[in-house]
Amino acid sequence: MTEKDLSYFVNTVIQYFKQVDGEEAVMGLPYIKREDPVVLEYTGIIGISGPRRGGIYFTAGKELLVKLTQAILGESESDVETLQDMVGELTNTVAGNVRKYFGSDFMISVPMLIRGQPEDILLKLKPPVFVVPLTWKQQKAYLVVGLE
Amino acid sequence: MKLLIVDDSNIMRRAIEKYASPLGLELVGTAGNGQDALSILQEKKPDLVTLDITMPLMDGLTCLKEMMRLRPQTKVIVISALSDQSTGLKALKLGARSFLPKPFTEKQLMDEIKLVTGELL
Repeated sequence: MTEKDLSYFVNTVIQYFKQVDGEEAVMGLPYIKREDPVVLEYTGIIGISGPRRGGIYFTAGKELLVKLTQAILGESESDVETLQDMVGELTNTVAGNVRKYFGSDFMISVPMLIRGQPEDILLKLKPPVFVVPLTWKQQKAYLVVGLE
Repeated sequence: MKLLIVDDSNIMRRAIEKYASPLGLELVGTAGNGQDALSILQEKKPDLVTLDITMPLMDGLTCLKEMMRLRPQTKVIVISALSDQSTGLKALKLGARSFLPKPFTEKQLMDEIKLVTGELL
């Protein structure tokens, strides 16, 4: 995966938050994931097949997802199912939107949802795995991408 | 005008219902996959369908093809994160009236519905 490939994901995440709420996410400096796990409370994972095999995941804490749900529905909800749904939809939208850069053979799966903090997420991701930290409304999240 | 909302995300189903509510559509059903959508289509005969693509059990494009076979007069707006041109074109070739990429705003959805229905609500 090249730096340019990673920039497609970064731009897509910036556009996502801007479109949904008007407030852009502030992107941190991407880095290559080492052994330390990068997992917050809610995680959506998308498997990628086709010429670019691998996966992406987006992981966030409760507060960010409550605020995002509020931006979309106009009401703040914090039940587990809603927040899992929110992180899955966000991950699905980012993975789907980058097809305008990677093409229609960039095949995405339905999201797999994880709650809690497992030791780490390695499934589907192809090394090197890039971590993109971001902050939105003072809340941290991470986009993690590992593609062939 | 009867509306069916199809999306595997409950949040998106609720957002579409909320954003479309000022237009006075009658919501006759919601579905989280293509199979359930086809059952509701045959039972409730909606005039307008919003249809996601990436869903479990049956994806939106397969569902769209079957919808056009069963009720070709149904007006379908495909609403998907798959924002590449060829996916949009494929949806239109299969019979969708329009394609709205996710994420979308309330205004964008209302404009799309008005366009597809000719504002005959």
